[in-house]
Amino acid sequence: MSPQLSDFVVVPGRPTGLKPSRLVLDNGVVVLAKESRKTPAVTLQLTMKAGSVNDPADALGAAYLLGKTMDRGTSQRSATEIAEGLEDRGASLSISVTRHLVTLSCTCLTEDFDRVLALLAEIVATPTFPESELAIQKGEVVTQIRQDADSPAVRAAEGLMALLYGAAHPYGRPSKGTVDSIEALPREVVDTLHRAHFSPGSLMVAIVGDVGAEQAMASAAAALGQWAKPLPAAVELPPVVAASSRRQVVLPMMNKSQADIAYGFTTMTRRDPDYYAFWLMNVVLGNYAMGGRLGENIRERQGMAYYASSTFDPNMLEGPFVVRAGVSGANVERTVRAIDDELRQLSAHGITDQELMESRQYMIGSMPRALETNAGIAQFLITCELFALGIDYDTRLFDLLEAVTREHVRELAVRYLDPDRATVVIAGPYEG
Amino acid sequence: MASAVRAATLDNGLRVLIQEEHTAPLASVWCWYRVGSRDERPGLTGVSHWVEHMNFKGTENIPREAIKGIIEQFGGTWNGYTWIDQTTYTLTATRDALDRMLFIEAERMARCVYDADDCESERTVIISELQGGENDPDQLLDQELTATAFKAHPYRHPTIGWLSDLQTMTRDDLYGYYRHHYVPDNATLVIVGDVDADVALKKVAAQFGTIASGGHHKRMRTVEPEQSGERRVTLRKEGTTAYLKVGFHAPAVFHPHFVPALLLDAVLTGAKGVNLWSSFRVPPPQRSARLYRALVERGLASSVFGAMLPTAEPFLYAVSVTATDGTSLDRVEEALLGELDRVRRDGITRDELVRAQAQLQARLVFDADSITNIAHQLGYFDVVGGAAVFPALPQSIMSATVEDVAAIAARMLTTDNRTIGRFEPQAS
Repeated sequence: MSPQLSDFVVVPGRPTGLKPSRLVLDNGVVVLAKESRKTPAVTLQLTMKAGSVNDPADALGAAYLLGKTMDRGTSQRSATEIAEGLEDRGASLSISVTRHLVTLSCTCLTEDFDRVLALLAEIVATPTFPESELAIQKGEVVTQIRQDADSPAVRAAEGLMALLYGAAHPYGRPSKGTVDSIEALPREVVDTLHRAHFSPGSLMVAIVGDVGAEQAMASAAAALGQWAKPLPAAVELPPVVAASSRRQVVLPMMNKSQADIAYGFTTMTRRDPDYYAFWLMNVVLGNYAMGGRLGENIRERQGMAYYASSTFDPNMLEGPFVVRAGVSGANVERTVRAIDDELRQLSAHGITDQELMESRQYMIGSMPRALETNAGIAQFLITCELFALGIDYDTRLFDLLEAVTREHVRELAVRYLDPDRATVVIAGPYEG
Repeated sequence: MASAVRAATLDNGLRVLIQEEHTAPLASVWCWYRVGSRDERPGLTGVSHWVEHMNFKGTENIPREAIKGIIEQFGGTWNGYTWIDQTTYTLTATRDALDRMLFIEAERMARCVYDADDCESERTVIISELQGGENDPDQLLDQELTATAFKAHPYRHPTIGWLSDLQTMTRDDLYGYYRHHYVPDNATLVIVGDVDADVALKKVAAQFGTIASGGHHKRMRTVEPEQSGERRVTLRKEGTTAYLKVGFHAPAVFHPHFVPALLLDAVLTGAKGVNLWSSFRVPPPQRSARLYRALVERGLASSVFGAMLPTAEPFLYAVSVTATDGTSLDRVEEALLGELDRVRRDGITRDELVRAQAQLQARLVFDADSITNIAHQLGYFDVVGGAAVFPALPQSIMSATVEDVAAIAARMLTTDNRTIGRFEPQAS
């Protein structure tokens, strides 16, 4: 008899734990290190709690522009010297800016580790934002904003955030700013933003790779220990108000081939005790095995979309839950109905025992893959630190997910995912 | 450092490559087929990619409803992709799932069912994928540039296929193509991870050994005639941003000029590495690269990107530029062609070569950071470029000279060998 699928069952084990090292320098810098000798390389991630929520209302995009310009000159080096210092050795630095964070990521060969760390520390602490470099970066950002305006996917996603949070809320504003705000943005605003929000007490550093934890700590102390600056006052963020009725906005882009749908709600903070049950619900609804229930309905059963899935992005404030799908203009209404149906189904009946078990196994079993690469580990350590999840979070995750019940998931669906309070934005060849 | 690769060929012709990597309790399985969009005839463009989609939809021993979560429920992940030379399927999960992963791949090779309703449903999914791509003017221009640069070789049509073929292809077209190409003697199976190579090889033999071979496979062999004059294509469509692309016919991966061409691209736009699965997810170190300085630092472009990809037959070296808002494409084109002409005439400096070599070597290290990436490279070069090319890369990179790079620049970057594509946005 030929073998059957049921012959090949696997029992995933409990994770043994990363066991990273954590040290807080005297000036407040948090250093997280994990040795991994797989390749002769080290990944560095420096994350500053200074993202675009700090943009002044009259200078939207300031933090984004800061991120693009901060490696273009320091107190000791020109833009060219910085670039050559990294690139002659094959390293490349990426800087990303999100609502709350500015992150520098760089992978270098082991032999260059100390030099690269010192250079990144210099970029974080003493950028000069030369006027000429700022002008070039402004040109790039304006071009990106224009490209975004031509992308149904970006317009649907940004349009949804503006509706969910309000166009003036730090979560609702465009993080790149607008063409007008960027063109008018004076250098002083960027410089002030850096002086006000970049400080050792707001910095987390992850060092992962071919370097012992003790040496990593010593190198971090040497590179960053002398930086002295008081902790900035916490920024007051306006509260998030959940929608009380259904809203739908259509952004017609009749020159495009496909419409993008963004359908969402505000949810909870990352520290909310309901997080684990919501996360699991999101896996069942829009992630598991190519888009979960949404993918099964919209892509597999109805053949309407190449992609249909959901994301859950809780943050310092109540982050969004968003369903995304790309479909032809003719299928927009059917797709929105399918999303409504899946959410109603979830509220009415919850998830099945099998879904609970499989999703849980998937989430736990995914950890070794997520933590396989140095960059994956670095990102994980920073997330644990940012949300105070604890240094042993990877080993506790098993129990946290074991505790999720079907009833809890259904209760969250009822509380958060009511189609009558959904916000829907459609961008593309569709006029409503 | 990397362990040795165990290579074997089963009696039915299946090539097997196994590398032990005991850094994480995981195993990655890739099954590669020597079939891609260059094997498609007119009327059937896109069939390789569509077949890839169909091979996730149920087999004789895996019912349709069991596909969902088949490896995810054990913490694993799977995927697949199709390109011009190859189609591949990947699974990565705990090492304990190795048997299950091999079972899935054996079923996929020999026993997919191609239910007629599933074929119809997937038709609209793929057309949706095509239309999503068309939303991006840069991607649209890329497709037009390639179709213009090749007039005979099947690299000219996009892997996703032309719309009319996707609308008319039948279930029997798909199934016939699957049966012809999905045979052990047209495939390479790769396993990398926390496994014992001897044991893993036995498992492969047990699962794949009974699948019948398909006989000798000869791929279509149209040689693109040498280009004898500049070609141009201009798209004028509603949009906000202007894009420019220049493509040059370029050496295939096994050609001695391939590595010098990689170095040339590193000098022009920063080194990318040679892993299609991972290299392009990290930005290249390009701020000291020539074209970045000439275009981005001068405010003419918001981005510049070069792609010198390892392919089985001569493909294109393509440079893509996004013009900054308010800058005319003519100015961007003049600056870009001026720089390309300069390197064609004068070659590169020793310092530039040393930097490009260091960058490429570092990328090879960075790209070996996971078993999935290591396995990709073993399989990719086995089916696309011959197994000898990849292990020799560090040595080939270091032994290339300034003269080698100058020679490929002089030969490749000529006016007659180039195709220029422009996307000129029209106001709505």
